[in-house]
Amino acid sequence: MEITTKQFKHCDLVTVKGRVDSATAPQLDEAFERINKAGHFKIVLDMGALEYMSSAGFRSLLAAQRQCRRYNRGEVLLASVPKRIQEALELAGFTELFKIFNDATTAVGSF
Amino acid sequence: MRTAIFQANFANLDKIRGFVSRAAGDAGMDEREVYAVQLATDEACTNIIVHAYGEKNNGQIEITCNIQEQGLTIILHDHGRSFEPAKVREPNLNARLEKRDIGGLGWYLICTLMDEVKFESSPEAGNVLTLVKRKGGST
Repeated sequence: MEITTKQFKHCDLVTVKGRVDSATAPQLDEAFERINKAGHFKIVLDMGALEYMSSAGFRSLLAAQRQCRRYNRGEVLLASVPKRIQEALELAGFTELFKIFNDATTAVGSF
Repeated sequence: MRTAIFQANFANLDKIRGFVSRAAGDAGMDEREVYAVQLATDEACTNIIVHAYGEKNNGQIEITCNIQEQGLTIILHDHGRSFEPAKVREPNLNARLEKRDIGGLGWYLICTLMDEVKFESSPEAGNVLTLVKRKGGST
């Protein structure tokens, strides 16, 4: 799994590629935590190159969203969510916790 | 029927998913069904690693895939601590962000993604989790 982060004027864009499971979710946690430590709480997660995500990944998303939405200081937006992952997120009742965009550019622009 | 034994650690989840995906593909399942099989197996193995063995104890998980005309049966066998499915708290899927709790999500996904889930346990035989996924099903 690969994670890259890019800073924009109004938010940070995290691009995740590959598979997020119990083995790799800690890296995703770290990426979010690093951004929060820098005082940034507006994040777009580009999931376009994500092949797979288990509930370990959902936990990472939940933890990040909780941190970012505290004191209304920001939030995590999801972009380009692959169909299978969207279905699993729906099953887990997660799609109501996140705004979901068709592409990262629109998500970044929304901040 | 094909069987493989894996060391129970997170690093092997990729191999485990590959093993059951191949069986699901050979059973003639479509992409959605193959994904469901992968995810359910991953969640089951994660639970075995964390709860049955406790993360530090590198036990083993024996996985058998039985391809049938109607679909696929996956049997996961471990010798860790047992559990009571009836006692697993259902996750609160409608709760607000702050109140949303993640406990029980893995088990919930397994039961929702698979058509049949059966758990049996005995001191002699260990824990046996049977997952059945039918082809052309609703999930």
